[in-house]
Amino acid sequence: MADEIMLLDWWSSMFGMRVRIALVEKGLKYESREEDLNNKSPLLLEMNPVHTKIPVLIHNGKPICESPIIVEYIDEVWKDKSPLLPTDPYQRAHARFWADYIDNKIFQLGGKIWTRKGEDQEAAKKELMECLKILEGELGEKPFFGGENFGFVDVSLVTFSCWFYAYESFGNFSIEAECPKLIAWTKRCLQKSSVSSSLPDPLKIHDFVVQLRKKFGIE
Amino acid sequence: MAGSEVKVLGTWASPFALRVHIALGIKSVKYEWVEENLEAKSQLLLESNPINKQVPVLIHHHKPICESLAILQYIDEAWPSAPSILPSDPYHRAVARFWAAYIDHKWFTWLKGVASAEGAEAKKAALDRVREGLVVVEEAFGKCSKGKDFFSGDRIGYLDIVLGCFLGWLYVAEKRNDVKLLDEEKMPGLAAWAIKFCLDGAVKDVMPDKDELLDYANMVFQAMAKAKLNAPPNY
Repeated sequence: MADEIMLLDWWSSMFGMRVRIALVEKGLKYESREEDLNNKSPLLLEMNPVHTKIPVLIHNGKPICESPIIVEYIDEVWKDKSPLLPTDPYQRAHARFWADYIDNKIFQLGGKIWTRKGEDQEAAKKELMECLKILEGELGEKPFFGGENFGFVDVSLVTFSCWFYAYESFGNFSIEAECPKLIAWTKRCLQKSSVSSSLPDPLKIHDFVVQLRKKFGIE
Repeated sequence: MAGSEVKVLGTWASPFALRVHIALGIKSVKYEWVEENLEAKSQLLLESNPINKQVPVLIHHHKPICESLAILQYIDEAWPSAPSILPSDPYHRAVARFWAAYIDHKWFTWLKGVASAEGAEAKKAALDRVREGLVVVEEAFGKCSKGKDFFSGDRIGYLDIVLGCFLGWLYVAEKRNDVKLLDEEKMPGLAAWAIKFCLDGAVKDVMPDKDELLDYANMVFQAMAKAKLNAPPNY
C-alpha cells in the first residue's frame, strides 16, 4: 500500500521547514497543506488538539507532532535512505543534545530581536550571538554538524538561516561578521536541493516580519 | 562490566537525575553515583556539561551524555537487551516523545510556576493549571496504557519514568499548598499508576523519601524568601 503523507504547514515556520527538508531527503511524495494560523482548520485541531500548532505530519491517517519528533520519526520509518541520525548511540545522544539546545535558545532569542527594543533587544542580540558562537564552535572544521554528512542537527538549525536577514535588519547587526564559519555552513547546506527547496527567500521573510510588526504595533 | 565505567553526576533531589537512576536500574547496569553540590559544582561536572553545567550527566567509557531525555534514549540504545525503555514501533515512540516533551516543557513549567506564583489568586491559577495538565495526561495514559498498569504496558518505560520522577515534587506542591493535585476522582488512571510506579523494583529503592523532599523544599523556599527580603531593591 502506498504511504499517504500529508504535512500541515505554514510557509515561514522554521519548524515546518525542518519536516520539508527531511521528507525531500528521503525522496518522499507528500501533500502539503498551508494552514491559516488565524483560522485553524478542523483537521489541524483534530490532529494536534493539545497544541493546535503546525507542523503536523499525518502518515496514513496518524498524526505526529513537534518538529524534532517528526524528523526522528521520518528517519526511523524511512531508514534506508539518507540517514539523518547516526547509528552510534553516543553520537545520537550528542545530536539530540544539540537539537534540544537549538530549540531552547534560537527561536525565543530571534523573536525578541524583532519584537523588542532598547535594552531587551540588545540583551537578546548578545545572547543570540553567544549561542551562535557556541554552535559554530560545535561545528568546528566539519562540513556539517553531522560530520561528513548532513544530519539531524543541521536540519534543526539551518531552517533559522532564512530568518537571519530579518534578525540582522531589525537588530542592526551582522551574524556573518561574528560567525563567518556558521554562515559558510548555511551556504553549504543551501547547495543541497532538500534545503534550497524548503527554505523561503530571506527577503520574503523580512517583508513578512515588516507586516507582523505593523500588525502588532511594534516600531 | 565494572561499575566505574558508568558514572552518574546528579543530586538526590533532582527529578531529572532520578530518571537516570531508574533507567539504569531497569537495565541492571552497575554505576557509580556522584552526588553533586550545586552551590559548588565539581570540575568533572563543569567539564562534562560545559554548556548547561547541570545535572544529570551520564558518563560512559569517559564520554559524557547530558539532558535527561537524551540520556534515557542513550541508555536504551547502549544496553539494547530487554527490557526496553522506549517502544519498538516508530509511531508509538513518536507518541511517547510527544508526551515527554509536553510533560517537560509545559506541565513541569506549570508545576514550577506554583512556587513562584505570588498572592492567593495567582497561586490558585497556577495550581489549577497543574491540575488541568494532569487531566490531559490522564487521557494520554488511557490511550497509551490500553488498560494495562503503565504508559508502556506491563512494565515501566520511557513515559512512566518521565512523569514518575516528578511524583515527589508533586507531593511537595500538594503539602505546601494544602491541596490535592493528583486527584483519584478526576485522574483515577494516573492515581493508580502512581502507586504502582513507586512500588516498581527499579524505582522503590532510588526514589527519594517524599517527606525528606518536603523538608528539603521547605528549607530551600525559606532560604529563597529570606534572600528576597534581604536583597537590595531592584531599581
